[in-house]
Amino acid sequence: MHYLKAYWPFMLASVFFAAVSALLALYLPVLTGNAVDLVVGKGKVDFDALKGILLQMALVIAVTAAAQWIMNACNNHITYGTVRDIRQAAMKQIERLPLSYLDKHPTGETVSRIIADVDTFADGLLMGFTQFFTGILTIGGTLFLMLAIHKWVALVVIVLTPLSLFVAAFIAKNTSSLFRKQSETRGQQTTIIEEMVGNEKIVKAFCYEDDAEQMFAENNEELRKVSLKAIFFSSLTNPCTRFVNNTVYAGVALFGAYAVIKRTLTVGQLSAFLSYANQFTKPFNEISGVVTELQNAITCAGRVFELIEAEPQVAEQEDAKVLKNAEGAVEISHVDFAYTEEQHLIEDLSVSVKPGERVAIVGPTGCGKTTLINLLMRFYDVKSGSIAVDGTDIRDYTRHSLRTSYGMVLQETWLKPGTIRENITLGKPDATEEEIIRAAKLAHSHSFIKQLPKGYDTVIGEDGGVLSQGQKQLVCITRIMLSLPPMLILDEATSSIDTRTEMKIQDAFARMMKGRTSFIVAHRLSTIKEADTILVMKDGNIIEQGNHETLLAQGGFYARLYRSQYEF
Amino acid sequence: MKTLLKYFEGYKKECILGPLFKLLEASFELMVPLVVKRIIDVGIANGDKDYVLKMVLVMIALAVVGLTCSLTAQYFSAKAAVGFSAKVKNAVFSHIQTLSYTEIDTLGTSTLVTRLTSDINTLQGGVNMFLRLLLRSPFVVAGAVIMAISIDSKATVTFGVTVLLLSLVVYVIMRLTIPMYKKVQGSLDQVTSKTRSALTGVRVTRAFGLEEKEQQEFGEANAALLAIQVLSGKISALLNPITFALINLGLMWLLWEGAVAVDTGRLTQGAVVALVNYMSQILVELIKLANLIVQITRALASAGRISSVLEITSSMQEGTQNRKWDGGAAVVAFENAALRYAGGGENAVEGITLAAKAGSTIGIIGGTGSGKTSVIQMIPRFYDATRGSVLVDGLDVREYTYASLRERIAVVPQKSVLFSGTIRDNIRWGKADATDEEIMAALQMAQAKDFVMEKEGGLDYKVAQGGKNFSGGQRQRLAIARALVKKPAILILDDSTSALDYATDAALRKAIREMPDSPTTFIVSQRTASIMHADQILVLDAGEVVGLGDHESLMKDCEVYQEIYNSQFGKENEV
Repeated sequence: MHYLKAYWPFMLASVFFAAVSALLALYLPVLTGNAVDLVVGKGKVDFDALKGILLQMALVIAVTAAAQWIMNACNNHITYGTVRDIRQAAMKQIERLPLSYLDKHPTGETVSRIIADVDTFADGLLMGFTQFFTGILTIGGTLFLMLAIHKWVALVVIVLTPLSLFVAAFIAKNTSSLFRKQSETRGQQTTIIEEMVGNEKIVKAFCYEDDAEQMFAENNEELRKVSLKAIFFSSLTNPCTRFVNNTVYAGVALFGAYAVIKRTLTVGQLSAFLSYANQFTKPFNEISGVVTELQNAITCAGRVFELIEAEPQVAEQEDAKVLKNAEGAVEISHVDFAYTEEQHLIEDLSVSVKPGERVAIVGPTGCGKTTLINLLMRFYDVKSGSIAVDGTDIRDYTRHSLRTSYGMVLQETWLKPGTIRENITLGKPDATEEEIIRAAKLAHSHSFIKQLPKGYDTVIGEDGGVLSQGQKQLVCITRIMLSLPPMLILDEATSSIDTRTEMKIQDAFARMMKGRTSFIVAHRLSTIKEADTILVMKDGNIIEQGNHETLLAQGGFYARLYRSQYEF
Repeated sequence: MKTLLKYFEGYKKECILGPLFKLLEASFELMVPLVVKRIIDVGIANGDKDYVLKMVLVMIALAVVGLTCSLTAQYFSAKAAVGFSAKVKNAVFSHIQTLSYTEIDTLGTSTLVTRLTSDINTLQGGVNMFLRLLLRSPFVVAGAVIMAISIDSKATVTFGVTVLLLSLVVYVIMRLTIPMYKKVQGSLDQVTSKTRSALTGVRVTRAFGLEEKEQQEFGEANAALLAIQVLSGKISALLNPITFALINLGLMWLLWEGAVAVDTGRLTQGAVVALVNYMSQILVELIKLANLIVQITRALASAGRISSVLEITSSMQEGTQNRKWDGGAAVVAFENAALRYAGGGENAVEGITLAAKAGSTIGIIGGTGSGKTSVIQMIPRFYDATRGSVLVDGLDVREYTYASLRERIAVVPQKSVLFSGTIRDNIRWGKADATDEEIMAALQMAQAKDFVMEKEGGLDYKVAQGGKNFSGGQRQRLAIARALVKKPAILILDDSTSALDYATDAALRKAIREMPDSPTTFIVSQRTASIMHADQILVLDAGEVVGLGDHESLMKDCEVYQEIYNSQFGKENEV
């Protein structure tokens, strides 16, 4: 709620002008009525008084229109401003949240919280609030004016109008089940479309076209039937409420005319009454709409604030050290770790890595290789035990200095939407052109980047656009070749690159790894053979440890894995 | 757009009756102010209560008839709109089934999905609104003006000017705001994209310590969105106050003119009230019309996108030879075949000449982008060779009907896709009437039997959309079983064992070789181990054939093959 605080002068103004415009708009029919009363018949027109009323009308019109505009402008300012503020706060929160939160929540879901939910929330809450307020004022004002003009005719309106609300509520209640059915059937249809059309090539490969068509046609026919019912019955609301309105109008005409004949009402007042009767249901309908909108807004707010108020990662210690020019001694001792309470992933893991050593991590999928990297980078904190770099627990360093000491290339390449150059210089924004090209040549990315339409300034989209998976990986490697941090983490860094290009990069890698502590995850055994230490992991434990020759000699899991390459 | 009109066929009656009844309803509504005028001028002036009652009953009768007409109109419009969109959807869906891979590549599957879902929904809403309201609003506006003129011909100017000004204001504001909404949407897309990339790139951002920079960039996109929203908001906020002011100024004018006319005895008091009522009706309808136009514009844009899909026709011509096949492996031959993709500047692959004996195994190897997949895509005619030809059992693949060609061939694509349904349903894609025994045998060969049996319900285990409840390796093995259950003449494995460990991969290949009537098998791979025991190995480099032969001969005289081999096995293993 404190997001609204900054806008309180605007809110005050909005409420004030809403009141002004609503009440003045109500006053207009009274003025029109008065004017009509001055126009009685031939030779019986009081032009002086009429001029006075018309002048009043002009004034009321001008003020109402101005008030409406100011109110709208204030509302826009509040709505869009709040949306901006909340999104900014959400973004800040994303940077602070522990990865465990982000990994657990699908990206699409979080994006929709920050984009769609924030919009719905701001729209619903603020627009809803103004409409609610204006609605109440209009109802109150109309009631007051009608009662002031003529009690009994007013009673006709007051008694009959709620009928239209009942009708609307009745229809809404009875159509909601139809709509639910429609959205279920439509959901099934979307699934069919996504599966069949999304994988059209497979459908064709298996000659499944006719079956797919038939399946779709059946569902489509069902949807047609359900939709027709839902749309028709829900479209009854307008004609039905209009019918009730027309009845109210007729009632007012009847009793109003009788009152005029009895001289307790003037013709002008009757015309004012008729216009009130015409508009009286509108604020009721709006308010009932607002209630749904508000409920919606509150649900969305819940989702947004669940994100904003989620526990951020453990705060840094105030005297946290800055890791500079790390030597690269990494000591993992008795580490336990689990993503969830039930499933322990890493248990009592201890490894000691000397500065400059090359460590390869091998093992079947799900054995904890990537988890180990999450822990080294402190994306996740260990449950117990410790990891130390250069003799100091990594939790005593600043996160920033620890992470920038590592150069990381992951299997899942991520490129920022922007130019290739921006992507390469992520870790070293002030790099010169020569440095960039030198790094690109080392990573064997220079030749294909040069061939892109705008070379290094080619803009790539959200998913890397024109680049193939392998090329994306080469760009990521260039990034590291340029920033040259003291320690390296390569998680399947060359998995999408064909083995020949990979061979050529290996030289550059080898040179880069010289003197740098490196952690390499790979399933290509050829990449691993030259490591100083090979850690063979299985189910979160290190089952074998040694270099290629000693492990082969042991004849264990690693040896079996290696030999399977030759079997047919 | 015209392409879509024919889908109104069968709903002609509804399309005419819907708007017609709507107009009838509007006509009755237009009569109400006249009745009120009668009440004032005759009933009240003469103090005739019976006359008033009679007129009120007329009003109620008008309301009842109006309700009936309007309900009829709603029904016909809903029926026409829903029926139309269902027909369009079926047509688009069937049309997509006829497109070849080339068209699917150009359009993109995600575009096709959007066309079939949100675009058609928008269109349906638009048609419904169009039938219900588009005629009604102008009709009411015109009707109100005509009725007003029939009461007092001098009111023509007042009404004419007011309606003209109102239409102008609505038009100008819409002209200004509609392009702005597009910009707002563009800005919002920027913010969305920044948010998504912040989430997907969180590891890299943190690894490089770029949190602050990202915040700042997000702030800029966010501020740009705010600026454009506030600007467009300011303009669209003008619509209500201006129309309000205009209509009421028109009313003032009307009152003054009316007063003069009443003074000279040309008009009655009731006539002035009726004129005022008509003026108010016009305002309400014009606002409705403005909203309607926005919706219809959107629907038209969707209609354009849908018909553009329908207008695309397959670039591939189906053959006529419906040649029978009674099982057994097929002979496959490439004769100097080349393939260039639509929009691609160079041949993806060229100069392929190859003869595969029935039941033999062909390995295809090469780096990323060397054209491996392009070679095999020509066999089932996913793409046609742009030069040369591909023959199956001596007949050019372009001569076969699609069904008779593809029933011989089973493909396991790079990306293994499963569909929602049971495991059994998925395997039966390969053979619709496969028995459980056949399915189990296929699973066994695909090395998938063990994990399937561990699942609850075995073959009845439900596969989630996209096969999310299986690991990558499991999905691959199920996709292989789906192909094997077909007992095809030609089996194509397009890098489809990449998620399998070497041992499983080897066991799979052994099982295929030992199949009775083992198919002619094409294996595309980056792993030398997967193809080194093939009868023939095709080595590709940048779209060209650089080697063809068995492992031993290639190791002797194909440099590229040697390099690939050494990169995977290391030089010390060289004999």
